[in-house]
Amino acid sequence: MTTWIDIGALDDIPARGARVVKTAFGCVAIFRTGEDQVFALEDRCPHKGGPLSEGIVHGQSVTCPLHNWVFNLETGLAQGSDEGAVPTYPARIEQGRILLDAAQLENRSAA
Amino acid sequence: MSKKKLVVIGAGMASGRALEHLFAADPDGWDVTLFNAEPRGNYNRIMLSPVLSGEKEFPEIVTHDDAWYEKHGVTCRFGEKVTKINRAAKTVSGEEGEPVAYDKLLVATGSNPFIIPLPGHDLDGVIAYRDLEDTNAMIEAAAAPGSKAVVIGGGLLGLEAAAGLKLRGMDVTVVHLMGHLMERQLDVAAGYLLRKALLDRGIKVLCSANSKEIIGVAGKVKALMLEDGTELPCDILVMAVGIRPNTGLAAEAGLATGRGIHVDDHMLTSDPDVLAVGECVEHNGAVFGLVAPLYDQAKVVAQTLVGQTAHFVPKEVSTKLKVTGCDLFSAGDFEAGEDREDIVFRDPGRGVYKRLIIKDNRIIGAVMYGDTADASWFFGLMKDEEDISEMRETLIFGPAFQGGNTLDPMAAVAALPADAEICGCNGVSKGDIVAAIEGGATDLAAVRAVTKASGSCGTCTGLVEQVMGVTLGDDFVLPAARGICGCTEHSHEDVRRLIKSQELKSQAAVWQELGWKTKDGCHVCRPAINYYLLADWPLEYRDDPQSRFINERKHANIQKDGTFSVVPRMFGGMTTSDELRAIADAADKYNVPTIHVTGGQRIDLLGVKGEDLPAIWADLNKAGMVSGHAYSKGLRTVKTCVGKEHCRFGTQDSSGLGIKLEQKLWGAWSPHKFKLAVSGCPRNCAEATCKDLGVVCVDSGYQVGVGGAAGMDVRETDLLAQLPTEQEAIDVTVAFYQLYRENAKYLDRPYKWIDKVGLDWVKERVIDDLENRKALIERFELSQTIYQKDPWAEHARERAETYRPLADLNLQAAE
Repeated sequence: MTTWIDIGALDDIPARGARVVKTAFGCVAIFRTGEDQVFALEDRCPHKGGPLSEGIVHGQSVTCPLHNWVFNLETGLAQGSDEGAVPTYPARIEQGRILLDAAQLENRSAA
Repeated sequence: MSKKKLVVIGAGMASGRALEHLFAADPDGWDVTLFNAEPRGNYNRIMLSPVLSGEKEFPEIVTHDDAWYEKHGVTCRFGEKVTKINRAAKTVSGEEGEPVAYDKLLVATGSNPFIIPLPGHDLDGVIAYRDLEDTNAMIEAAAAPGSKAVVIGGGLLGLEAAAGLKLRGMDVTVVHLMGHLMERQLDVAAGYLLRKALLDRGIKVLCSANSKEIIGVAGKVKALMLEDGTELPCDILVMAVGIRPNTGLAAEAGLATGRGIHVDDHMLTSDPDVLAVGECVEHNGAVFGLVAPLYDQAKVVAQTLVGQTAHFVPKEVSTKLKVTGCDLFSAGDFEAGEDREDIVFRDPGRGVYKRLIIKDNRIIGAVMYGDTADASWFFGLMKDEEDISEMRETLIFGPAFQGGNTLDPMAAVAALPADAEICGCNGVSKGDIVAAIEGGATDLAAVRAVTKASGSCGTCTGLVEQVMGVTLGDDFVLPAARGICGCTEHSHEDVRRLIKSQELKSQAAVWQELGWKTKDGCHVCRPAINYYLLADWPLEYRDDPQSRFINERKHANIQKDGTFSVVPRMFGGMTTSDELRAIADAADKYNVPTIHVTGGQRIDLLGVKGEDLPAIWADLNKAGMVSGHAYSKGLRTVKTCVGKEHCRFGTQDSSGLGIKLEQKLWGAWSPHKFKLAVSGCPRNCAEATCKDLGVVCVDSGYQVGVGGAAGMDVRETDLLAQLPTEQEAIDVTVAFYQLYRENAKYLDRPYKWIDKVGLDWVKERVIDDLENRKALIERFELSQTIYQKDPWAEHARERAETYRPLADLNLQAAE
């Protein structure tokens, strides 16, 4: 089941940037690419816990600000020689608003 | 059998085409009445642009003339608005005459231009771009010599209007809200090329520009005022920001409407005797603005009317801009995605950009600029969902070029004109180097000896070698490439040189003109390019926070746990009891766990939460303190000893000079961090001889040393000059910093840069050549007018919101 909730306007996030959403189970980073796609990932690098929302967004990737690990925003997989993955959550844009799937976020606590 | 009665409301492109299909399928079955609010019949509305520009006359774009209507027995009610649809009585009422009865009704009311309700939008001279009346109004306005036009909207229609008005001799400015032109059809790279082409033909283009108010005098438009206060004088203002389906009549008649009039696959509305077609309809949530799907709809309308079963299926559509000389093409879906791949081709010399978006070995989108000759071939492959895996290697070169060579990495240099400056130190152009090579200089040393190119600072060596490679071909073996990153073959030095000589003033310009292999760079090249642009074009280029490492974006140092450290500036390492009290209060108020005294003579508050940053900054600002830029590739600190004011050995006022230097330099960005110190005597308590620039005071004046380091490498400074006065010490410091800012590779500290260019090269420019010293200082001061401002105050005032979470779902759950 999906429960889409409105978390803010697309314009609240700069292009090639990110903002965080606080949840009961930690922060989720919402990324906006140069082409106005949005992605939601856990705001935590699997390497040393860096806040991915503070990284540089390029193409469909983000570079962790602590040690330059690069993650694909769509799959959450580390790129290049690094190994690891960041949980991803469904997010979409509807009429300029960003929607997150609350049901998926809650499932995270059960997992 | 008596004829069936069809009433058509609206004589646009869709209804005209529907009637053609209807009469073809059933020539004698229908008695048609055609209403049109415009006082004329069907014409090709999309050809209004050539009419505006003067490339066509109106009669050439009429699609159906009086003879055609007569031949098919169409009763024309042109220039008459329909006032009411009575579905119960099955009649349509116009402004004049009796209601007209129908068996079937076709609503083709099209769309209305969207007028932004800015103050002054109803002034005389504010024009939408929709019909022949609008077009004629524009042509009339353009006839006055020296007249000016502003066009709001950088989409298809707005740009066609702008180009037409320019051809008519008007002075035209396009104001566009988004960051690049035609953002719905083009990506950033193609938008950049389009903007450049329009600028080349004298059309001014302002992107990311917010309109605020239309100013008028005596009821007539006079200027457009932007949000930032800019005033653009104009005699006409064309608003081309979009269209809205015209659903008023249908909604009043009780037909189901949303954004448009709801239709099913057969183009039937919620009333089975009423059909709708064109820009006024909404089908499966989509509305339509381009002509191709409207023609498909028209066909379905005719088939439905004659009782055949037909389905409207939206197809891929493509866009072409009808501006002579601007070749662009866009089709399909061009967003990036995990399951998608890009094939990008850029030819900077010809201003060509092509991008194909591939998914599962099929083309799903295409954007092209500059050369659209192969567009229809690509569009065909896309519509037919053809498997392209066999021709993938050479696909981008088009149908005529299968099996060709791979791209030449030196194309960008090959494309440079002969007068392009390659060596800035010695003023050597590409043509000079080519001439030298043709005169027999076949290796770098020979070229250097003949032309002096790369003989001074040496940073253009890579470019000189590439010119040699292009000129000599296979006879010259290019040294291994040292590109900045995977996005480009160009080295930092090449990019810096080309940004200056080719006057590249935006990141999109760098990516396109230098043939970047990625869409928008990466975390390695973006911060470097951003720095080069802001250092070389302080007035023209706007700093891009999204291309900065987090510390510089948030003006604080990120720590391993994701918290930040806050270091207020203490000029020359001097502070006061009030400042210390404010720091202590801030530390208490924001629960700062760690307070540390830094090596740069100031205080570091560690462990501040990201969302608290604007508030703690505002508190420190109140006590008169500004950002210490402890996080920046820029001016950090000026460490001082107390000097002769207190010290019995002091020879000069070292802390006073330190304060003056820091006040002059703070806020500036540079290729890497820049640390200074001023010691009051050769005992050197401020450790000035291991700084990027250090001043050691002596009885006779000031010894300025440069290129020290005490990090991964430990280096002692080399003496740049001994100067008699404090003012000269300040001037030389500023000039040295500016020379470093303009020439060094990103992330090279001064000692690394000096190793490459040589101290003599620096001395020539900063010490010997007084004119040049003065010019460097002037350029630095110009840059400081933009960049010497406290980012803390600015962010606390204007951007505090961006430091907070976008949403807090914990709070929502609790509510």
